Amino acid sequence: MPLLEVDNLKVRFHTRNGIVRAVDGVSFAVEKGETVGIVGESGSGKSVTCYSLLGLIPMPPGKIEGGTAMFDGQDLLSLTEKQLSKIRGKRISMIFQDPMTSLNPYLKISTQLTEPLRIHDGLGKSEALDRAIAEMDAVGIPDPKKRIHSYPHEFSGGMRQRVMIAMATITRPEILIADEPTTALDVTIQRQVLDLIKTRQEELGSAVIFITHDLAVVSEVCDFVNVMYAGRFVERAPVGNLFREPRHAYTRALQASIPALQTKGEELYTIPGRPPDLRKEITGCVFAPRCETETREQCLTDHRPELVEVTPHHWVQDCPGCLGRWAR
Amino acid sequence: MIRYLASRIFQGLLVLFALYTITFFLVKAMPGDPFTGEKNIPEDVKRNMREQSGLNDPLFIQYLNYPKAVLLEGSFNYSIKKKRPVVDIIAQAFPASLALGVSALIFAVMLAIPIGVISAFRRNSWVDYSGMAIAMIGICVPSFVIGPLLQISIATHIPALRIAGWDSPIDILLPAITLGLGTAAYLARLTRGGMLEILSQDYIRTARAKGLSTSRIMIVHALRGGLIPSVAFIGPAFAALISGSFIVESIFQIPGMGQHFVTAITDRDEFLVLGLALFYGFLVVVMNLVADLLVGFLNPRVRLAELDA
Ligand SMILES: Nc1ncnc2c1ncn2[C@@H]1O[C@H](COP(=O)(O)OP(=O)(O)OP(=O)(O)O)[C@@H](O)[C@H]1O
Ligand SMILES: [Mg+2]
Repeated sequence: MPLLEVDNLKVRFHTRNGIVRAVDGVSFAVEKGETVGIVGESGSGKSVTCYSLLGLIPMPPGKIEGGTAMFDGQDLLSLTEKQLSKIRGKRISMIFQDPMTSLNPYLKISTQLTEPLRIHDGLGKSEALDRAIAEMDAVGIPDPKKRIHSYPHEFSGGMRQRVMIAMATITRPEILIADEPTTALDVTIQRQVLDLIKTRQEELGSAVIFITHDLAVVSEVCDFVNVMYAGRFVERAPVGNLFREPRHAYTRALQASIPALQTKGEELYTIPGRPPDLRKEITGCVFAPRCETETREQCLTDHRPELVEVTPHHWVQDCPGCLGRWAR
Repeated sequence: MIRYLASRIFQGLLVLFALYTITFFLVKAMPGDPFTGEKNIPEDVKRNMREQSGLNDPLFIQYLNYPKAVLLEGSFNYSIKKKRPVVDIIAQAFPASLALGVSALIFAVMLAIPIGVISAFRRNSWVDYSGMAIAMIGICVPSFVIGPLLQISIATHIPALRIAGWDSPIDILLPAITLGLGTAAYLARLTRGGMLEILSQDYIRTARAKGLSTSRIMIVHALRGGLIPSVAFIGPAFAALISGSFIVESIFQIPGMGQHFVTAITDRDEFLVLGLALFYGFLVVVMNLVADLLVGFLNPRVRLAELDA
């Protein structure tokens, strides 16, 4: 049985300008110790998918319209706030995108880092402080005994993200959700932070849900990848399969836009057009307007394509247009 | 820190001097002088009195004489009309206004901060809407309406409370509420805004993701930053509250400073006007400094910048 099993999750935002179908029926599973990626462009619903598991989307306007998320025999989506808060930050913890804004500027690192231990494990002040110093050491922050008494603004971006990681791993969570943990960082530091997450994951045996818009990062850290577009998964596969034989036009387009994989001197490929407006009800294939296959004329127009398993563990949306040969 | 304080004090002195200059010329621009209204004093006596008070000197000399007396002799001159030193008049009236202002502020803070915090936390709930509606009324309804309303609706029914007067400590209750209500209303809205601003920050989401209870998020993570606008406002508001309100003090017959602000002007009692203006300016400058120090204490980033500067 998987550690976490999300089934047909639907999340909508009821805004003044209409209903945003941010997540429209996604299913995935996370096994113990495994790294599952969710990749897609900005606005595709990656964050909302994960936030809704922990009750972190603002409600209203957000509303979970359906689905289940089974974790250790209980459905996260139907737990009370009180029951959820026992899991949040203890058994499932999160790292956010922007380390500059995700730490509280008014509180010392010591307060913020010891908090999870004190509220979840009931540790006393000095014991929690010792554990926090050890954790800072484990994430590679130099001179932790002294640095722990600083404020966030006294740290660089990379160091703050290390603090965030320490804060998330200090309770030895079973699942770590990393929401674009390297996007806001310098390229040189991205590498270090990625390595750090991997190391800590191996040491703690945690599973990781890794959110990113960067397919190159996915290839390095993930075991299994879900490609997300406009609130749905268009392709799901083990990382090897996905890179060896990407099926969906969107996956191939994402792959084509990885700078490192393109021949030097050639113009950088970018996917034409923009993601669709999620407030509009779309009946056919959502990717059709941006699809660049030879068969794009055959993209479904009357119903949304279903996910089908083409080879074991490799799923793709069954749209004849998007599965055709790449026209470029 | 010392350098910061020194520069702030210097700035404060500049502000007071500018305030003096403006007040001085405004007073001089008023038609007439302290003796204009005295019908039964012969014209030549008036001239004599003007001469004595230095009012016949060239304007520029008068402009310099006042600060010279203040700085060299520590003298704020005397009230031409009341024939008493300005310092005495203020010293006699200030304690009542101070007591009233402090009580009003305590009332305002105790009422407004909880309302603001709860409204922010329960945003768009009926608690929020009714709290903010009451605050809006508090801002709009002037104290000359609230004061008599309280007198009629409360003081007439509770024997311990008197309609007006300033003898027993309990007499401070109704005027303090009347004076503090406007401040409370504004403070509640400010607190709500400040808290909402903080509650929308990423680090509050982090705190929620850590599994913290709502009360811990409110008290430990949000309150400190959320109160900064309120603290910054309380400084100058406090100065305004303790310097006396003509309306509230008249309604409740309190021997405070408020009356002097009005009579000094109508009497064209220029040294008293200057003294009161400078006293009020001094309070504002000091309270602003105190508020800024408090904000610095609340905000570690400001604290650091100050020490560096
Ligand atoms: N509070 C909200 N109110 C209304 N709409 C929202 C809200 N939060 C998210 N959305 C909408 O939900 C959709 C998915 O947003 P989400 O943040 O999950 O995207 P994402 O894939 O994480 O993108 P990014 O890479 O920019 O983080 C977007 O269209 C967004 O506009
Ligand atoms: Mg996101």
